[in-house]
Amino acid sequence: MTTTTPPPVHGYDELARLMSLMTGDEKHGPAATSTLDALWVLYDRVLRVSPGTVDSPGRDRFLLSKGHGPMAYYAVLAARGFFGEELLPGFGSYASPLGHHPDRLLVPGAEISSGSLGHGLPLAVGSVLGLRAQGLRDPRVWVLTGDAELDEGSNHEAIAYAGPAGLDQLHTVVIDNASATYARPGGIAARFEAAGWSARTVDGRDHEELFAAFTAPHPGRPHAVIARVAPGR
Amino acid sequence: MDTMRDRFITTTTRLLDEDPRITVVLAEISRDGFQQAERAHPDRVVNVGIREQLLIGAGAGMALTGARPVMHTFASFLVERPFEQVKLDLGHQGVGGVLVSAGASYDWPAGGFTHMSPGDVALLDTLDDWTVHVPGHPDEAEALVRRAVKGEGRVYVRLSLQSNSTGRPVGGPGFSTVRQGTGGVVIAVGPLLDNVLAATEGLDTTVLYATTVRPFDAAGLRRAVGTGRSADVVLVEPYLAGTSTGAANDALADLPHRVLGLGVGRGELRRYGQMADHIEAHGLDARALRQRITGFLPG
Repeated sequence: MTTTTPPPVHGYDELARLMSLMTGDEKHGPAATSTLDALWVLYDRVLRVSPGTVDSPGRDRFLLSKGHGPMAYYAVLAARGFFGEELLPGFGSYASPLGHHPDRLLVPGAEISSGSLGHGLPLAVGSVLGLRAQGLRDPRVWVLTGDAELDEGSNHEAIAYAGPAGLDQLHTVVIDNASATYARPGGIAARFEAAGWSARTVDGRDHEELFAAFTAPHPGRPHAVIARVAPGR
Repeated sequence: MDTMRDRFITTTTRLLDEDPRITVVLAEISRDGFQQAERAHPDRVVNVGIREQLLIGAGAGMALTGARPVMHTFASFLVERPFEQVKLDLGHQGVGGVLVSAGASYDWPAGGFTHMSPGDVALLDTLDDWTVHVPGHPDEAEALVRRAVKGEGRVYVRLSLQSNSTGRPVGGPGFSTVRQGTGGVVIAVGPLLDNVLAATEGLDTTVLYATTVRPFDAAGLRRAVGTGRSADVVLVEPYLAGTSTGAANDALADLPHRVLGLGVGRGELRRYGQMADHIEAHGLDARALRQRITGFLPG
């Protein structure tokens, strides 16, 4: 696969405008912005995937598990050239490929369909296993979840398995906007560490902190980055 | 004689050697059987522990990368417990995979209702584009597992300890004609064929044998009812009674017809014992079947 990615069609400064092209999803608005910076840093500086490599077996995979509030995700995909911004105004309409939860069969660049919480981490575990089964040890798999999404038990089946199995190609970014009704005792990072993961907690708005955490070495272990953002954002 | 589950393990172990696309995901059940395969293909035979949501999610994730996953455990924990994963991780993601279950409806009666899954086929029937195989003999299980694993799409293979005395060719996708008559059509599914043949001995009925129930062979049923002005059909299924009644009705929509759906009752028996006790309790032994079939078909 290619080691260089083409320059973005739009920069970070354009994301707010791209997001404003989408309307009609006020309920999910705050959740949408909470993911914006993590998504941008991933697609801009970490993920080895581009519009030209969306079908390449050796690409990195990004799985948006928290499918609620996908406006930031769509804005970033448009900014990176996976599809044209002319699709954005149709957001949520009958003929649009861009729903309030993404559908991988409709959205160019989307690796999974999500919306029902707790499916992304198990699918990411399987993606790593599938890559391993084919001898592909280089591609990395990233999955984005929310802190409240970790309430779903299916995540814990995946977390508890991935650590002992040593799935070091697996990466999770947890957007922590303190939206879980019952906070996790000891914090979110401790949950992952207890299962044998490497974990870091950072300011989810600070691009350098995010980048450093995203690229921290974690030999033999899956890696979790807890990106803290202001509650309700 | 080995069981269908034994045959599934030996067949899949061979297929793993033949086709690098194939992977196996387990949730502890049958792990011993797959030990040799796991040693030979440590990255392609994966046991995720007692985690059935992950069993399906991980298999589906493998499929997203191009693998052909075979996911296996008892039917209740393969289809019922992680049903949303079956619906979304496989169906909604638009990927294929093979689910192979053991336990069926009453394979382990002493284990009670927690290990019985009479509703698995009916549940899958709420989803689009699933192929469902119900072999009636280990030889048929081998052929159908091989077809499912080597093929494409989403396939469920329902294995059971109940078996007919001999296996039959399962070459085509449709129902096969075992006996021809003029007084109605009885469709026997999988391991209930022997009981149906005994029950209809001497009766002037057609007996069709089904090892693939989805897609339902509507054309085959339509042919079997002949050119009469009406049709009488009895379905005998080793899972929830009436599971295929709707499919049979649809097949005969242009013809006045009656359909009797026999199978496992909806009510919990709350009994243990042996498989034969439960077959009898659900009225699926030859004597009870004969009584119910002759009571329904016009004399």
